[in-house]
Formats: sequence, C-alpha cells, structure tokens
Amino acid sequence: MSNELIDFVIVSVALLAIGIYGLSVKRNFIRMLFAIEIIINAANLNLVAFARFLPHSGGQTFALFSIAIAAAEVAVGLALIIVAYRMYKNIDVADFRSLKG
Amino acid sequence: MVDSLFLGIAVLTIVSAIAALEMRSLIYGGIALMGTLGGIAGFFILLDSPFVALFQIAVYVGSIAVLILFTIMLVKNELIFQKKEDPKRRYAGIALMLILMISLGAVIFNSGLSSITTEEPPVDYKEIGEDFLIYYWPALIAMALVLSGSITGAMILARRQDGVEDEQRTD
Repeated sequence: MSNELIDFVIVSVALLAIGIYGLSVKRNFIRMLFAIEIIINAANLNLVAFARFLPHSGGQTFALFSIAIAAAEVAVGLALIIVAYRMYKNIDVADFRSLKG
Repeated sequence: MVDSLFLGIAVLTIVSAIAALEMRSLIYGGIALMGTLGGIAGFFILLDSPFVALFQIAVYVGSIAVLILFTIMLVKNELIFQKKEDPKRRYAGIALMLILMISLGAVIFNSGLSSITTEEPPVDYKEIGEDFLIYYWPALIAMALVLSGSITGAMILARRQDGVEDEQRTD
C-alpha cells in the first residue's frame, strides 16, 4: 500500500478542525448539522484507517455501527429542525429562546 | 509516499467540506456535503474496505444527504440564503480551527504514526460478519432498537398537530 497511516490521520484532523469551526461559528441549525456530520466522518475515517494498518476487523465493525447511529441522529436532528421551524419560523439557533437553560 | 489518487480525493473532501459550511445557499451546501461524504467513501476504498465504502454511499450519500436536501426545501426561501454571522466570532472560529490543526498535527508528526505501514492483506468480509454476529450481537440488537426508536421519535416529532393544521387552513 503506497499511502501511510499518517496521511489518512492528517486528513481526518483537517476535517475535524473544519467541523469544529462550523460548529462554533455557524448559527444556522442545518449548517451545524453539516458540521456534526463532517466530524463523525472524520472519526469514521480514523477508525477504518487504523483497522487497515493494524490490521484488525474491529475498526470496520465500529465504523459500520457509527454510520448507522449517525443515520438515526440525523433523522432526529432533522425532525427537530422541522419542529423548531414550525414554532419560530426560523432556523437560527439564537432565536430558539425556550431551549435556553 | 502519497499517490495522486489520494491527493485528489483529499482535496475534493476538504474543499467540499469548507464549501458545505461556507456556501451562501444551503442547497448548494448540501450538495457539497454529498461531495465530502463521497470523498470519505473514496478513502474507504483506498483503505481496502469496499464494504464500509458501499455502506457509506448507501446510507450517507444515498439517504442522509437526500433527507437533508428535502428538509432544506421545506424551510422558507429567504432562510436558505440567509447568512447571519458575527465577524468576531468568525475570526475566533478560524483561529480555533488553525490552533487545533497545528497542535494536533504537531502531536501526530511527533508520534510514532509516521513509521506505520502495512504489507498485510486487508481484513476479510467474513471477519466483519463474525464480529457482528458472534462478538457484538447484543450491540447489533441495541442498534436496531435505537434506529427504530429514533425513526419513530422523528416521525412523532415532525408530525403535524391537528390544531396547527386547522389554524393554518383558516389562514
């Protein structure tokens, strides 16, 4: 294999940093969901990369679990977006007053 | 040594991730997110894990991205193009991103990861199946329950209340 483990880990770190930037800067609910998806994918890439280089099947198994759970998370997140939009007619998280602690 | 295919997929993935967050239109952002998810599937193929890659394409690119696009289309047109951002917050976010990249990059380059290479054959599908059905079967059942619970919860959350429906009809 011509690529090394560190190459995949560096891409994963870049995606993680971009996701954290999106999560901290964006106030749009849907964009925040995009950022969460990017972070989850960075984690999955790490799992599969380590699974290939060790090599061990556990990483791929956990990546498959992670993808399935992420699908459930997105379904609930999008339902929350629809409910919040119906209540506030907006998808800006700063406007969701009743969710504030 | 990095090959050109890896470099191409890495550029596609990272550029489309930035585009997903920074494009003015949420719809184009959603399409750019599909590019990121597809790029990750490409990495999985490079890592000799075609099963995970196909799962990624079926679940992420096939269903999640389409679900996100449909949800975007359900919100008002002006909200799709709205981009309200505090410039100070934006600069702080960029600084945080760079600090994170540099610090984590320094830790990774100084660790022993750069010396790890492999000539061993990739993991067989049989091993993944054994993992799922022999070692992690309780987790598989729990995951099925979580998935069905979350889908039911999402449908209950998003369903239209009768009162609201009547109110909107009178409008």
